[in-house]
Formats: sequence, structure tokens, C-alpha cells
Amino acid sequence: MTKSDLVARLAERFPQLVAKDADFAVKMILDAMSEALVKGDRIEIRGFGSFSLNYRPPRVGRNPKSGDKVDVPEKWVPHFKAGKELRERVDSALQAV
Amino acid sequence: MTLTKAELADLLFEKVGLNKREAKDMVEAFFEEIRNTLEQGDSVKLSGFGNFQLRDKPQRPGRNPKTGEEIPITARRVVTFHASQKLKGEVELYYNGTKL
Repeated sequence: MTKSDLVARLAERFPQLVAKDADFAVKMILDAMSEALVKGDRIEIRGFGSFSLNYRPPRVGRNPKSGDKVDVPEKWVPHFKAGKELRERVDSALQAV
Repeated sequence: MTLTKAELADLLFEKVGLNKREAKDMVEAFFEEIRNTLEQGDSVKLSGFGNFQLRDKPQRPGRNPKTGEEIPITARRVVTFHASQKLKGEVELYYNGTKL
């Protein structure tokens, strides 16, 4: 499912809204989530999961072409942990097979 | 600060002009559509944000950390999230102090 598929499904669920509203709503939600992470804030969506930043310490890497050592600085990367409901629903589909 | 469904609903009320009920339902539906898709075994690709993918993990040996007893960890399907290059880049930029 892509972003435009998601917009279409939400537009179907809310027939009283104009299609543009679903499009705008999806954009606003994703922008707010990105902005939260960029500020270093956590996101907690009950039943879905939580997003936060994980620390990656500095390390010495290698240029795969030349083999030269390169210093890779420390950084923060986005991390997602699935919530209980999402974990169970996704797994139950497999267990049912 | 933590971003939750309540803040997202407030945002849709203020910026998109949905009424309070619609804003709350829209946020709920947004995450429910993603859950439904993953539950059906399909991945979700939200360009500019990231992808939710599924991984099937085989059974592997495990241990009860308290008793040391060996218990198999059963085969399972799990969700993984891969942030987009855009989001990763923005987060890295923030850390360098060049806040957007």
C-alpha cells in the first residue's frame, strides 16, 4: 500500500469529506510525525507502536572501493517498535496458515 | 514531549478543518488502514517517511533467562520499519545542530 492508496482508502471511509481533505490529513500526520522525530521527540500510538531515535556511536568504517579507513561520526537514527495489537494481528495471520 | 493520537487529532482539527469527531476518527483510521494492510501480509510504503515491511522469522532455540531452561522461540511474522532517506537525513541534520 502506498501513500496514495492510503489516501484513497481514507477518502472512502469519510464520504462526507472532499478527497482533498484525506490527502491533506495524511500529509499533516506524516509531517507532524517527521517533525517530532527531527526534534528528538518520541511518538506513541497506542495499539500501533512507538517511534524514537536510537544512538549510533562513532566508528571507523571502510571505503568499500579503496579500502581506506573513514571516520563515521556518531548519529541518531529513527527506530520503530511495534505495539502489542499490531504485533499480535500481524503474527496471527501467519499462525492461521 | 511525546506525540500521540490526541495531538494529531488536534492538528487535523486546527489545520485541515475537520470537526473534532472527524479528526479523532481520521487519526484512528489512518493507523487502522496501516495495521489492516500489514495484517493481510502487504507492506506499506509512505514516501518521504518510511516503509513498514514484514519479516517471517523461523523457529529458533531460546532460553528462559530465569531458569536457564531451553524453550524454542516459535516461528513468527514481525513488522520492521525503515525510515526514508529523507527522514534519516533530516534527523541527522538535527543532531548536528542545524535544526530545520
